[in-house]
Amino acid sequence: MEDLLAYIISRYNYWAAIILLLIGLYGMIAKNNLLKKVIGMTIFQAAIILFYVSIGDKRGATIPILAHGHDGAHQAVEAAAYANPLPHVLMLTAIVVGVSTLGVALAILQKIYRVHGTIEEDEILETIDQ
Amino acid sequence: MKKTALLIIAVLGILLLRAAEDLPFWGDPQSPASVHLSDYYLEESYEETSVPNIVTSVLADYRGYDTMFETVVIFCAGITVLIVLRRTHRRRAKVISPRPERPGADIILQTAARLLVPMMQLFALYVVAHGHHSPGGGFQGGVILGSSLILLALSYDIQMALHRFKEKLVLLFSAGGVLLYAAIGLACLFLGRNFLAYGAWAALLGISEPEAHSHGMLGVEIGVAITVLCIMFSLYIDLASGGDLDEGL
Repeated sequence: MEDLLAYIISRYNYWAAIILLLIGLYGMIAKNNLLKKVIGMTIFQAAIILFYVSIGDKRGATIPILAHGHDGAHQAVEAAAYANPLPHVLMLTAIVVGVSTLGVALAILQKIYRVHGTIEEDEILETIDQ
Repeated sequence: MKKTALLIIAVLGILLLRAAEDLPFWGDPQSPASVHLSDYYLEESYEETSVPNIVTSVLADYRGYDTMFETVVIFCAGITVLIVLRRTHRRRAKVISPRPERPGADIILQTAARLLVPMMQLFALYVVAHGHHSPGGGFQGGVILGSSLILLALSYDIQMALHRFKEKLVLLFSAGGVLLYAAIGLACLFLGRNFLAYGAWAALLGISEPEAHSHGMLGVEIGVAITVLCIMFSLYIDLASGGDLDEGL
């Protein structure tokens, strides 16, 4: 029982990311409504971001901003005391780029609705076949 | 379709969960991601750039080239939305459908928004300018600035927000932000260093090289903030009004 609990606690951050990722992927594949596909894509994105940020974590570490005095006094840095800054940097830009790509996806959806009068995938395919 | 999808998801899920066992423990300081380069950034970046917020120094200095093109991606996304949605006046007249009557203005909402907008913008400027020393930076500050304009467009209407910040200006500034970033990089090139090697500014400004890095970062963060602000606002007004900018939500 103890082992099982330790096993779960040791890696459940990855499990959360994987489950979110699968939910997003299922939405993208199985849903018929294009807007729901876009929502699936956003969930997928959130899973990737969670995964990266949890990789950057260190036990007992604080945010990667050095403590500094007003006069610029500065001690030697112990790397284990600060979280890994690299995943944070990568995800910081990924979030904003994610919002922009979401905007493009919504614009294309609006265009599809204008042309086909629907955003249901099967109905669009019918109108294309005619 | 749904069954195939479930099957794919199940197989992928089992594979991923099995593979997760080989990943390092959560919070392990010795995990592969947290050694090598990460330690170098944590230990050396203050000496090299005099910026205590390591996220900012990695974002705008060590990975400055990457961030520049992230900004270009955002700019391109904004332009793409415009290209996809904008219609000529003639084609609009043909397909135009009568829009529903707007309900009367809500005085509580508008007063609250009027109080909030300047606070948000002030806070956003703080986030941009203080991004070296506290959590913040160009992307975050730009998004807060953009959302203050979106709040204005939501609580009044798009016309009112556009009256304050003309669409032509929005697009000019969104390109200007990227150009400011590139210009700071190019200036380093002309001063005899590599592209975006801010140390080149040291002799010109009469400061030490780490301080030049810090100032260079502030410059590019301002460029990023301007682009993000304009693109967020442009995305909202185009998506909410279907590209016609007449009226939206």
